[in-house]
Amino acid sequence: MQVPILKQGQYLIASIQAALSDQDLVQLRDALAEKVGRLRARGVIVDVTVLDVMDSFASRTLRDLAHMTRLRGAETVIVGIQPEVAFSMVQLGLTLEGVDTALDLEEGLTFLDKKIKRSTSRG
Amino acid sequence: MASETVVSIYTDVDVVVARQKGRELASELGFGLTDLTLIATAISELARNIVLYAKHGEILIKNSLVGDRVCIVVVARDKGPGIADIPQAMQDGFSTSGGLGLGLPGVKRLVDEFHLVSDANSGTTITIKKWKR
Repeated sequence: MQVPILKQGQYLIASIQAALSDQDLVQLRDALAEKVGRLRARGVIVDVTVLDVMDSFASRTLRDLAHMTRLRGAETVIVGIQPEVAFSMVQLGLTLEGVDTALDLEEGLTFLDKKIKRSTSRG
Repeated sequence: MASETVVSIYTDVDVVVARQKGRELASELGFGLTDLTLIATAISELARNIVLYAKHGEILIKNSLVGDRVCIVVVARDKGPGIADIPQAMQDGFSTSGGLGLGLPGVKRLVDEFHLVSDANSGTTITIKKWKR
């Protein structure tokens, strides 16, 4: 199950459509890290609304993805973590530390707009 | 209504199948959305440990009735190398956070009962239960 990645202005939006295997997640991570450079994106949004499970592997891969894209000059925000998924993650001890999150796609876009404007105005 | 499903675990795709089967059965039993998520997540962790450490094994999912109380039982079985140091594997911090380890303390927190048997000769069997509230 490949995740479609859309380019919207300076942003890449990866909208997960169905349950992903570990391999699919790794593919998504690598595809985004590569596309950030090729498409000169400044921000990445990963929409996980449809995921009904976020286990240790998924959390770790998303965290790696956020850190990798940051090293490539783009900010990542994870959007759409469902309340029961969030509860389950906390029970497992998965906090996505150092990763930005937002409620949904709209909030994610607003978040990136602010964050990227701030960094460009600073220099 | 007793039902039992066994999912053979070889690859990361089987991990997804196992947790979906578990979710299905739990849903049929009338578990709430939060418990469905906890059960599916626990199965995902156990199945992945099989792929990572034992290469092959199986996940058995069934329901059980004690008096008028319903529970879902998940048994993760493999004939892999076994867990050398069980107390260490059950120690928090040894696991999930850094991405190494089995994440077993986390799985234990997701469920109501957790039972682990492991040795180098016969592999590892982990049994978890979650009671319907």
